[in-house]
Amino acid sequence: MTTLLIAEHDNEVLNAQTAHALTAARALGQPVHILVAGAGCAAVADAAARLEGVERVLLADDASLAAQLAEPVSALIVGLAERYDAVVAAATTTGKNLLPRVAALLDVMQVSDIVTVVSPSTFKRPVYAGNAIETVETSDTIRVLTVRTTAFDAAGAGEAAPIDTVPAAADPGLSRHVSDEVARSERPELAAARIVVSGGRALGSKEKFDALMLPLADKLGAAIGASRAAVDAGYAPNDWQVGQTGKVVAPDLYIACGISGAIQHLAGMKDAKVIVAINSDPNAPIFALADYGLVGDIFTLVPELTEAL
Amino acid sequence: MKVLVAVKRVADANVRVRVKADGTGVELDNVKMSMNPFCEIALEEAVRLKEAGKATEVIAVSIGPAKAEDTLRTALAMGADRAILIQADGRVEPLAVAKLLKAVTEKEGVDLVLLGKQAIDDDSNQTGQMLAALLGRGQATFASKLDIADGVATVTREVDGGLQTIALPLPAVVTSDLRMNEPRFASLPNIMKARSKPLAKTQAADYGVDVAPRQTVLKVEEPAGRKGGAMVGSVAELVEKLKTEARVI
Repeated sequence: MTTLLIAEHDNEVLNAQTAHALTAARALGQPVHILVAGAGCAAVADAAARLEGVERVLLADDASLAAQLAEPVSALIVGLAERYDAVVAAATTTGKNLLPRVAALLDVMQVSDIVTVVSPSTFKRPVYAGNAIETVETSDTIRVLTVRTTAFDAAGAGEAAPIDTVPAAADPGLSRHVSDEVARSERPELAAARIVVSGGRALGSKEKFDALMLPLADKLGAAIGASRAAVDAGYAPNDWQVGQTGKVVAPDLYIACGISGAIQHLAGMKDAKVIVAINSDPNAPIFALADYGLVGDIFTLVPELTEAL
Repeated sequence: MKVLVAVKRVADANVRVRVKADGTGVELDNVKMSMNPFCEIALEEAVRLKEAGKATEVIAVSIGPAKAEDTLRTALAMGADRAILIQADGRVEPLAVAKLLKAVTEKEGVDLVLLGKQAIDDDSNQTGQMLAALLGRGQATFASKLDIADGVATVTREVDGGLQTIALPLPAVVTSDLRMNEPRFASLPNIMKARSKPLAKTQAADYGVDVAPRQTVLKVEEPAGRKGGAMVGSVAELVEKLKTEARVI
């Protein structure tokens, strides 16, 4: 049988997370087909076809799929599912929204946020904000999986796979897209960045957050993250939040500035290769994790660090 | 409009849970248990809908051990009108929970089901989506804003890269994100009043739903530890170490 991987995209560009999820999908040991569902998304299908180890790309191009709402996309996937014994997606907000709906329609339990493929039916996944790793074996014949993309390397480029066009399912008309408010950024995407600099509540205001964090990020070519406290206080937009309920990142270098290190924040960044913490409180939990800790006033040390780089 | 809110009893968010030495699970004996934080937000939203005159009744439901009654009393103290406990011991997976919630939704004639976006114990983030699928209704996940007018829910969702607004006809299923609202604390008089509010106790079997798990937990282990704890004395030393020792810049 075959594995179906759902492509993550914005109708124009294939998101890098798809290549990471592909590595997990290939670890199931079956040929992989990628489904590109959207509107005006032929370029995405071309990009997906050039990923290493993809046997076939299915392109469903229809106006009803433009916003990739869960209802029409899950109807499409369920219609295709009898040909597949695994359906896989990256654990992005799109994947998390879509796949449990698919799983329930197929009457199977999903395995969320897998970090290791032990066997085609056994997976490891973090629970309790990453404080425990659970190994679960599923008895369902169709495996529905979302993938923690930071746990898998990106698949490389391969020979172009054939692209088949598939029709969209009848639109169930259960929801309607109204508008998007996209936070545009010149900086690297948070989930994929090699370096992340992150600020917390100690920054005190949006002005100070910007004044300290933006120059440091720009100097390092880094993405900017934030703790929940900083986001809730309005210092940073919510899609910058790193943690159990925000984004999970695993960059080469993570610099936490004025972040104490609550369990929920650590869940989102403790797999970074190198962690640096700058904090005025020498007892902050973040220092127990940090490879390099620096105690002192962030308003002095962060500009000093930016200057020294 | 009747609103159903699903609430889950979980280890308190501030507890750092420990893995049992035999690898069968995490240690929950003598651990403080609370209402899952996302469920509190969902319940707060339902109570606000009632206060705004948009909801006529708020029903809280919980599935789990007999002790989940405490969680439902908290929900009643926060403003739910009545509660339903569906007793089921052991591991109850999101698919089974969704099937039980579907049965309650249909029996009670509910127009809106509010859930949290995920439980902080299993971190699954599935139940709301599964319920919407089983009901054949629209879903709005990760909601930070909810408006109800003329039988349509307009919902702003927190998605990667920004916000998305969608509209869905009722009945519908909405799952709450952190920034939807700030849940209230139950006042002492309301905690007292909650004791006399109706709480129906039922069993999973009453709904004809098979709650047997589809997944077997083979092992639970500690995550790989980090060494950590090394301090540097100055910015110059930090930069030097990042360049020569860690070689990440």
